[in-house]
Formats: sequence, C-alpha cells, structure tokens
Amino acid sequence: MPVLLGIGFTAPWLLACLAGLPILWLVLRAVPPAPVRRRFPGVALLLGLADNEAQADKTPWWLLLLRMLAVALIILGFAGPVLNPKNESAGEGPLLILVDGTWADARDWQRRVDRIGALLEEAGRAARPVAMARLTGLPEGDLLFQAADAWAARLPALKPSPWEPDAAELEDWIEGLPAGPFDTFWVSDGLARGSRGPMLRALEARGSVVIIESPRPVVALRPARFEDGEVVIDAMRTAAGEPAAYALVARGLDPSGAERSLAAGEIAFESGGSEASVSLSLPPELRNRITRFELPSIRSAGAVTLSDDALRRREVALIAGRDSREGLELLSPLHYLEQALEPAADLIDGDLLDILPANPDVLILADVATISEGEEKPLLDWVENGGLLLRFAGPRLAASDVSRDEEHALMPVRLRAGGRAVGGAMSWGEPKKLRPFPEGSPFFGLAIPDDVAVSSQVMAQPDPDLSSRVIASLADGTPLATRKRVGSGQVVLFHVTANAEWSTLPLSGLFVRMLERLAVSSRPAAPKPGDLAGTVWAPDVLLDAFGIATHAGALPGVPGEALAEAVPGADMPPGLYTGEDRRIAVNAVGPETELAAASWPGRIAVDGIAAVRETALKGWLLAGALALFCLDILASLLVAGRIAGGASRGAAAALGAWLLLAPAGAEAQPDDEFARLATSEVSLAHVVTGVPRIDEIAAAGLRGLSGVLWRRTSVEPASPIAVDLETSELSFFAFLYWPIAAEQPMPSLEAYAKLNRYLRNGGMILFDTRDADISRFGQASPNGRKLRQLARPLDIPPLEPLPEDHVLTRTFYLLQDFPGRHSSRDVWVEASPTDAEQVEGMPFRNLNDNVTPVVIGGNDWASAWATDEAGNHMFPVGRGYAGEQQRELANRFGVNLIMHVLTGNYKSDQVHVPALLDRLGQ
Amino acid sequence: MSPEALSHARLRQEAEALAAPLPPLLAEAEHLAQTVLLGEHGRRRSGMGDEFWQYRPARAGDDARMVDWRRSAKSDAHFVREKEWQAAQSVLIWADNAQSMGFASAKARPAKAARAKLLALAVSVLLIRGGERVALAALGAPPRSSQLQLLRIARSLAEKADAEDYGAPAIRIAPPHSRALFISDFLGDTAPLAAQMARAADRDVKGVLYQILDPAEEAFPYDGRAVFESMGGTLVHETMKAGDLRSRYLGRLAGRKAALRDLARAAGWQYACHHTDSSAQSALLWLYGALGRRR
Repeated sequence: MPVLLGIGFTAPWLLACLAGLPILWLVLRAVPPAPVRRRFPGVALLLGLADNEAQADKTPWWLLLLRMLAVALIILGFAGPVLNPKNESAGEGPLLILVDGTWADARDWQRRVDRIGALLEEAGRAARPVAMARLTGLPEGDLLFQAADAWAARLPALKPSPWEPDAAELEDWIEGLPAGPFDTFWVSDGLARGSRGPMLRALEARGSVVIIESPRPVVALRPARFEDGEVVIDAMRTAAGEPAAYALVARGLDPSGAERSLAAGEIAFESGGSEASVSLSLPPELRNRITRFELPSIRSAGAVTLSDDALRRREVALIAGRDSREGLELLSPLHYLEQALEPAADLIDGDLLDILPANPDVLILADVATISEGEEKPLLDWVENGGLLLRFAGPRLAASDVSRDEEHALMPVRLRAGGRAVGGAMSWGEPKKLRPFPEGSPFFGLAIPDDVAVSSQVMAQPDPDLSSRVIASLADGTPLATRKRVGSGQVVLFHVTANAEWSTLPLSGLFVRMLERLAVSSRPAAPKPGDLAGTVWAPDVLLDAFGIATHAGALPGVPGEALAEAVPGADMPPGLYTGEDRRIAVNAVGPETELAAASWPGRIAVDGIAAVRETALKGWLLAGALALFCLDILASLLVAGRIAGGASRGAAAALGAWLLLAPAGAEAQPDDEFARLATSEVSLAHVVTGVPRIDEIAAAGLRGLSGVLWRRTSVEPASPIAVDLETSELSFFAFLYWPIAAEQPMPSLEAYAKLNRYLRNGGMILFDTRDADISRFGQASPNGRKLRQLARPLDIPPLEPLPEDHVLTRTFYLLQDFPGRHSSRDVWVEASPTDAEQVEGMPFRNLNDNVTPVVIGGNDWASAWATDEAGNHMFPVGRGYAGEQQRELANRFGVNLIMHVLTGNYKSDQVHVPALLDRLGQ
Repeated sequence: MSPEALSHARLRQEAEALAAPLPPLLAEAEHLAQTVLLGEHGRRRSGMGDEFWQYRPARAGDDARMVDWRRSAKSDAHFVREKEWQAAQSVLIWADNAQSMGFASAKARPAKAARAKLLALAVSVLLIRGGERVALAALGAPPRSSQLQLLRIARSLAEKADAEDYGAPAIRIAPPHSRALFISDFLGDTAPLAAQMARAADRDVKGVLYQILDPAEEAFPYDGRAVFESMGGTLVHETMKAGDLRSRYLGRLAGRKAALRDLARAAGWQYACHHTDSSAQSALLWLYGALGRRR
C-alpha cells in the first residue's frame, strides 16, 4: 500500500483522475448559471437597460473552486485512503508483555489495558505465543507462553497494585527467566527504579525490547505533616515542565458519620518545578476528623495520603485558680504549661462549664481548690468517660480543706493540712531531689536532671492505697505525683505548683517529657522502629492502586518493625494500621520517596500508550464531498439570485437585538446623587421590606411624622427616604424605621455587616411588628417570629421594657404611653446598666449615656402617623375623640423618638443643671 | 350561490367592513349650483331637500298649502316651513383591472388588483352612504346613488382581469364638474393617461391619481441572472446581473412617480402612492381626505 503524507491508499491509480480536474474547470467555467424567469410588472421600466458587467455570464471562481474541491474529495475518497497504515512487520517468535502494575500505572490503567489488548491482537494475528507478567505480582514458576487469545480473556482481571516491585524478588525472577529468544513489550509506569537496568539488560539479551510509557507526568502526595500550626501537604511530580494545578481535598467523617470533603486546597506546580505544597489552616475539630488527603482528579494510590494520629493534636484546657494578679507573667500558674504544651497541643481557655462541652482530651487545673457542686458533676462525668484531669497543687490547694478528711472524687489522695516547705529560710534541710521513677510508672525510664529540686509540696495522707497511686516521688519518699483511675479516665495530681514557685521542675525539660508521657501532648510524628518493636498492628483500612479505601477485613497483623519502615509491599499494603491506642498510616508514597522519570537508553524504542489503529478515511472524504455539494447548491442559488438576502437580514436583526440588549445592566447607580439627597437635610428613612403596601405606609408614616416635626419642633426634616439594605449606604441616616412583614426576604450577610456597623456607630432602628393587638412582643406571631429571625444576626444589646424614667419619656413631651395605631405598652429598649441607681432627691436614675440602638414594639406607628400628600390622615385610629387623642400621642411619641435620636441623653443631663448652677455660684 | 356571486359578496363584505368605522364621506361639492341632481349636501340656504331648514313668516304670494299649520297653530301668524337645499356630487372611479395588477411578490401579500378593488369599493360605499353618486368606469353607465349601484359596482369589480398588460382609464361617462378617482399601478405607457387627464381637465373633472405598488416593485430585490416578463408575457427583458440594474430601475421608477405627480398637478388633481404591504385603512383615510378636500 503506497503511503503519502502518512496516509496510505488502497486504490492509488484512481488518483490519476485528479489530472482531469483542470479540464473540468474549463468546462464548468464556460457554463453560466441558468436564468430565473420572473413575472414582474415593472419590466416596462427595465426595457432598454443593458448589463454593465459582461463577465457575469461565467461561473464565479470561488464557486468553481468549491466544485473542484468536492470532485477532488470524491476522487480521493474512492482511492481508499487509510490513516496510520500499519506497514511494520508483525515480528515473529514468542513475545513477553511486562507490566509494571504499580500505583503510578493506575491513572491511565484503562489505556494501558487497551494498549496491551492491541498488542495481544497483533500477536494473535501473527500467531505468536505470548507470556505476560506483572512486576508487582510476579507469576510463580516459569514464564507461560500461551496463545494471545488466552491472555486476552484474562486481560480484564489485570489490575495494578498499590506498591512498588520488590527489588530482591525481581532479581530472583530475572535470573529464572528462560533463555530462549523472545521479544519484549514493557509497559512501564514511567518511574525510575534501581531494578530497571538489570531487568533491561536481561531482556535485551533475549530479544528486542520496546518500552511503552505514558508521557504524562506522575503526581504523588507525600504524607501530611505539621508546620507552624498548619497542615502542610507536599506534592511532587516526575516531569518538571508546564505549570499545573491540582485540586486537593481533605476527606473525613462529618459529625453524622458520613464521609465527606472537609477542606480543599490547590496544589500548584510552578513552571519547571517538580515539587509543590499547600498549607491548610484548619480548626482542630476539623483537622482531627480528617482521614485522608487526595487529588480527586488523579485515580492513583500515590495521589492519596492517609493521615493517622500524627496529625491529631490533643486539646488541652487550662484553668488557673488565681486570676487576680495580672501582669506577672512568669508567676502565672499556667505560663510554663502553656510554654510546654503550645508546640504540641491545642490549648483551650475559658470557663470550666464552657470548656467541658468541647470535650477536651486533657483538663489541667492549676491550683484550683474548690470546684463548685454544679461543676463537679459534669467534670466527674467527663473524667469517667476517658478524660485526663491533671491537677497542680499551690497555695490555694494547700490552704483549702479539699480532700482533707475524705478523699475527694477528683483528687487521687487525701492531703494533709498546710503542706510543707523544705530548704527555705524558715526551714531545715535542703530542697529535695527526685527519686528515679519506679517501674510501672508512666515516667519510667526518663532521665532525671540534677538541677530539679522541690522546695514546697502538699503532703499526701498515708492511706493504704497511697503507694499504688504514687507515680513519682521525692528522694525522701514523699509523693510528687499521684494518679487515680476514675472510670475510663484518670486524675493526676502534681504535688507542686505548675510554676517555678515551689520547684524547679517546670523549668526543666523533664516537665515536658512527663507531660508527653501522660499523653497530655502529642507523640512525635514518625514512630521509631524501637518504639514499635514487638508490637503487632492490625490493618484497618487499605488502599488499592486506584486510591480507593476499603475495610481490611480479617487480614493478618503486621509487626511493628515492618510498620516503622513504612515500605508498602504485598504483605503490607498501604493503609491504616491500628495498634493499642493509636493508628499508623502506611502510604504508597512515603515522606522520603523521590519521584524521577524513568530514563531509557537511546537504543530502546519508547512508544506511547495510545493504541493507534488504522482509520479508513473514505467515509469522511465522501461525507465532506457531499457537504461541499450541499454548499454548492446554496452558493449556486445565491449566484443565480434565487435566495433573497433573508438570511443576512435575519443575522443583522439578531446582531442589532444583541447590541440593544448589551448595554442594559451596564448602568451604574448614581451613588453620589443619593448621598447628596440624604445628607443635605435631616431626613427620616425606612427600610424597604419588598412588600409594596407596607413600604408605602412606612413612607407615608414618615412623611406625616416629618410634617409634625416641622410644625412643632426645630427639626425640619426633608421628605423621607426609602433605604434598600442591600444597596444603600446607611451611615447617612440617624434613624431607620423598619416595619416587619412576614414575607420580607432576609438581608444578605453584607447587609447585616452594614447594619451592625450602623448600630454600633450610633444609629437607631425602630422595629415595628405592627401586630400589637393580637400578640405581645416575644410571643409567636408571624411578624414576631420574623423579627427574631431578622434580628438574630444583629448586634443588639440586652433589652428591657421601656422603664418609666427612660429619657424617651421626656425628650420633648412628657409621655408614659407610646401608642401607634395600637396601644400596647410593650416597647423595648436597650437595658439600662445594672448599677444605675436613683440618687436621693433626683427624679430619675442616672442612666446610660447612649442612644438606645433599637426600639422594638408592635404598635404600627407608621399607620398612625401616615398622611397623604395633602396632609390628610390615611388611616383611622381608634374611635372618635379618644382615637384622635391616641393619634396625638402617637405623634408625640414620634417627636420624642426623633428628639432622642438627634439629641441623645440631653434631657437626662438636665438633671444636673441645678448642681452645675450651684457650682457656678449663682 | 355561484362562485362568482360568492366572491363579489365577499368583496362587498370586506369593503363594508373597511368602510364601517368612517363617518360618512362628504365630498366637498364644487359648483353645486350647476349640478341639477340633488343630494344630501346642505347648501346652508333654503331650497329643495329633505332636511328642515327654518320656519319663516308666510308672505304674500305663498301658497296656502305651503303653510305649516302645526307651527302656525301655536301663534297668531302663519309660518312656512323651509327645507335646506341639498346637492349631490358625482364621482367616477376607475380601478385598473389589467394583468399587471395581478402581481403579488409574496403569497401572504394581496395582489395589487385586490387592494385596488377593495379601495374602490370602500370609497364607493362611503360615497353612496354619504348620498353621492358613484360610477365605475367599467360599468359604462352614468353615476348613480343607490344600494343597487353599489351592488353593480361590486359585481363589476369581481370580474376577471382584462387581457392587456397595462390598463388605461376612460373618462367619457364622467359628467362635467364631477370627481374622478383613478387607481392603478401606472407602470404602463403614460400617454393614454395623459390624454384622459386632458379630457378631464376640459370637462372640469377634478380627482385623484392613486398609485398602488407592490413592495417588490419599490425595492427590486432581485439578483443574478434573470429573465423578467410582464404579467401578460408581452414584454420580456433578460439580464445577467439583476442586482446591477437595481439603481437604474429605481431611478426610472422615481422618474415615473415624478411624471405622475406633475401630470396630477397640471390638471389640479392629487397624487399618492400606496404599497400593498401597508394598511388599506390608511389608504382609505387618505382617499377620504383627498376626495373631501376643498379647493
């Protein structure tokens, strides 16, 4: 089959017809398009008009070209073109197909299988016997050369393994290879390995070798580690080429127990960089839940890294008894604890009852003597459920009666009164050294520095079970640390302070190691082989080569020494292994693993994994010719004038429509205009609820109130402004009226941020649920519920019903009732400070200095204030004269409210006028 | 009902529907004194007619039977009831029925002839409702004012198209001092039209030249090689590039329109051009105004 430009032809002699094309050109060119016969009354006007351009009777050149192209395509199509013609000789003799079958293969596994399928097919056609071997699961015994069909049937069962080939095993296998000549196709995973060279030499000795390898780089994740309080995940790739970014997902169990993505990051390889990392700053609760990190876009065990207890950090709550001595940092009972624990644990500060629900791993009470009864019960429950309560002695504990006569449930021993001091100015003896830790103590084996000395301690009563509870003692045998198991938890008491007052222990490294031993702080990340010697670890979760985690089932345990090496293999697949009290992860890619692209000698042919197949182009070419002929029909009609320009007109209309639509929405809100309007005069504002009727009433109400203010006071407001919380700037307004409608939408988070800023900076919002006659504030009417929903994200101080001496009752009018259209007394304002007291001889208390940020009520004030443009009241209030009286009071409330907003507590300060005058001597 | 009767019934129905929203068209009648025929055009003076004009005291010489006894019984004097002098206008309508009028550039569009007939009949309905006398040039009979005349007009309009390609008006039945309405595409030779206009001017007949064109005739949206034939097939023009002719064709069309306008102005007539894709209502409104215009 002759090949031209990579395309072979089955019937090349047909190509000779291409020579006939120029003749066709001449013929076609001479034939003009046929005329159209048209009936047209205007022909009378056409008579005598001659054509200007005579050449129009020839076919235009582009139409000719189109037709020539179509004819050429037909000729080419019938010549039988074939893309990628297979001309290479199929080869002879036995064939070995080697597959690496590691986790690095998993990403393109299906394509590799397809490629092997193509190889098998070809070998089948050539009747070559084939043997197949996977390096990560080497076949037992000699190579088995079989018919290609037999292998093809087993191909779907070929799966990669999540570990790398074992070098020693491979060496044996190479030695056992049969001597007979065979060719080899080696489907490589693209990673460099020490075993590659010997293997290649052995194979080349037996026949030709072709490497099949994917050009895509292999990407892998290293185990996650801690750095500066953040989780750092390193990734690496084989080819340091183009910049690339991969999404990283941290998965774990959510509180309901379902696995989900808990955090996400992006790993971005820079151009030319082969390593990249991402830091995730996660709250401890979330971080402790994470079980693995993975690159979801890559299906490979290398792109998954399991996290074990090394990532978990213990949560330690610190509570000190003495808080009054501020500023003496080094004397703080917690200072040394904080210093010791900060690098290895997450510290929680707070009140005991606030901390317990967070379920810390360890609770440290430094010199806390008495625990109130209300606190004791939950604390005891927490300890019984596995909490570690670590207590330190101190002056308070020594002075208290805790655990004096009876052993306290939360103390390991009874204490003698007063404690003792040794080696001080008023006592005999030297400060005491520590005795070596006894066997069975959690501190056994720790070296004791010489400079650790104890000068004061609390003393334990010599009870019968004292000796069993002592885990550390002084040289004279008095206990330094005692422990008692409570339920599944324990209580540990250090008989010295947590600061350096009573001993130098907190100053030494021993203190840190003791805390470590007590599992107060986390263990070091990487286990040493010695640490794990003699232990057996049971697999819990295993990863397959595609990075999919499955439960291990009943697989045999793994010795701790092997686990410490963390090299996965057939007997220890990657996964999570559970021991006594912790879990250790074995990852396909360890912390020290380096990735490098395999390099092959120049004489070896390296092929891509894409299976290239012959493609017959005949159909495509003929279809193309058909399409060209269709185009020719259209073009001919166009040339002959049988198609009106309808299509082009349609396109123009569409374009026009688009141009018309495009500028819509490009207009910007003239913010400056709004700002000028809002600030040039005092104006009342109401919040737009989105319910037209309510907005209308609110606007009318503020219009009415503005009128009243204008007539009666020196406040002369401009016409009210409607404020959209989402778009308008709030800081221009001193006062917002917010009617509550059950159907109004919740403002966005940005709007709430704006509202909170507004409230903090002295703005006032009058919330009006407008339903006072059917429900009191605080009870569940639809509007009341809506108000709670709306106000929940707001920064609202504690409230109280408007007290009788509130400044609102006297800012302009003297009022005790605040009716609107309804006359409920329930109006709530910011609570007055608890220390506000009524001074003898003063009419009212000396109250807060601020404007209350909210006034909440339900009297539908806007309806009572509302007037139309002409100044007539829009809604009736009450009945008859009493109703008018109520409206008058409503107006007075409005005046008082605005006066309060604008003048603050000015009227409250009037109380002091007599005293001020007195001082001035008048 | 025969198909022909059905078609002219439908034509009349359409015309009535079109004419219905308009107030009765009262063509301004010029030189009414010379017309002997009475119609419903009030002359604002007493005379012969049906409408009451005024009561006047009886004078010597008034016939006794002229006294309106009912009015006179209310007072001591005798009164005579006078009626308003009324006169009617005569209008001659020529709707071109030649082959060229049968052209429609799109299926959804009415042929020019259809529009011309519709307008002609609508105007007739209006005129007859207003009491005018109307005649169709094709009828060959003098103008009359009756529902029967309307029927005759409708029947005549429903006839098949003439054989010739382009039509020419005939004005011989138009009474002197009457009105005329010529509806045609005026694409044929203008010489017969000019001759008729001259005769009309001799008889002091004023009127309207109403040209109806298809949008295709106005735009010439043709391209490529084409052979143009007149509707009757008598005229043929072949071109290689129709698009090339467009500007020259449009120039000639504009020249024709200008010629018609000049012709109309010279005879004291009015001229307007109407396209079949615009509404017939507006065309009728314009005709209403044109025929009712005072001069």
